[in-house]
Amino acid sequence: MADDDEIILSDLSDDELVLQMHDDLYDGLKEEIEEGVNILIARKWTPYDVLTKALVAGMTIVGADFRDGILFVPEVLLAANAMKGGMAILKPLLIATGAPRMGKMVIGTVKGDIHDIGKNLVGMMMEGAGFEVKDLGINNSVEKYLEAMEAEKPDILGMSALLTTTMPYMKVVIDTMKEKGMRDDYIVLVGGAPLNEEFSKAIGADAYCRDAAVAVETAKAYMLRKHNRATA
Amino acid sequence: MEQPSDTDLTETGLARRQSGSVLLIACGALAHEVLALIKANGWQHMDVQCLPAKLHLYPEKITAEVARTVEQHRNQYQTLFVLYADCGTGGLLAAKCAELGVEMIAGPHCYAFFEGNETFAQHLDTEISAFYLTDFLVRQFDAFVWKPMGLDRYPQLRDTYFGNYTKLVYQAQTNDPALDAKAADCAKRLGLAYERRFTGYGDLATTLERIAP
Repeated sequence: MADDDEIILSDLSDDELVLQMHDDLYDGLKEEIEEGVNILIARKWTPYDVLTKALVAGMTIVGADFRDGILFVPEVLLAANAMKGGMAILKPLLIATGAPRMGKMVIGTVKGDIHDIGKNLVGMMMEGAGFEVKDLGINNSVEKYLEAMEAEKPDILGMSALLTTTMPYMKVVIDTMKEKGMRDDYIVLVGGAPLNEEFSKAIGADAYCRDAAVAVETAKAYMLRKHNRATA
Repeated sequence: MEQPSDTDLTETGLARRQSGSVLLIACGALAHEVLALIKANGWQHMDVQCLPAKLHLYPEKITAEVARTVEQHRNQYQTLFVLYADCGTGGLLAAKCAELGVEMIAGPHCYAFFEGNETFAQHLDTEISAFYLTDFLVRQFDAFVWKPMGLDRYPQLRDTYFGNYTKLVYQAQTNDPALDAKAADCAKRLGLAYERRFTGYGDLATTLERIAP
């Protein structure tokens, strides 16, 4: 027998469906998110609107509740996994429809460190915010960062570290960028559990981002400054 | 002194005896090892105050809690010594200890000082995909790893957390076959290869020997 309370997503109006998708994202329901995305696309929503109004807006609620101590890491990961499912559908459509681009980021976990949960969240939220993201993965040497910056020509370099023993490597990368006279060509954002503002300043990064939502807001703010400088 | 339970050490820590000239302000995860060293060496002048081991789940709280404990007891002892390594505080604990004029044990975390900071540093580059457990963490695996990571509720997240790890290294402070078996089971639950490495008390012992006189 069918559950009387079962919600048929395709029966919902657009507004109801978007709110339901926010709930489903919060609850980490990947299949429901994928279904919701497909329904909105079938209703002729632009991929960009689906991304921003259904997925990013939903993840913003998740991020706020994480920061307020209402949600914890496991729940955020489930929500992220659900969003990833929706993003997989939207990504080719966004490229095909020429959605607005905020800028480009190269991101990676530093040498000696295999932790990538925070980095992956940042990468996904940056993509959701309209940034093109080149993810270098884990355990990146300074040479790998430099190669990627040369090849990708990003606006932003993002570096992540979870360990006290690996976070100093960020300074190695930044110092090498200075030596090569390329430091000022990039916005350098850093993050990871043991990091803090003082460390970020001490190593010469532009900003420390304590979570994925802050990373997105910081990246947007720096891109705006960059554009303002360019047009001044 | 009666042995404190691991659950108490995780949740509430260990209250000091209120006697002695040296106060060790320690992480609850080190209580058994510190008490064992005090007993074995007859260091009756050393008192121990342990903070809840679960502070490690929120490293950003460690510095303030240690500072509060130092301030609370600094007039009652000739010497205070902090038995926390950096422990994910990103240098903030070291800076605070320097400001307060108290010494702390060297190293990035207990995995390093149990093995010996120098030895640990030597294999840092070649062992980046190792997940470490100590005696305490093996005993408290569910309370410290499995449940806080939500793996009791969402086992599908295991590879999200541990997919980049290749092996679990049990750093044994004591020779206990039951702990060895439990650590091997922890590795199996995490889908990792298993290695037991006897460390004893490492730099914890030499550090306490240095400050004991």
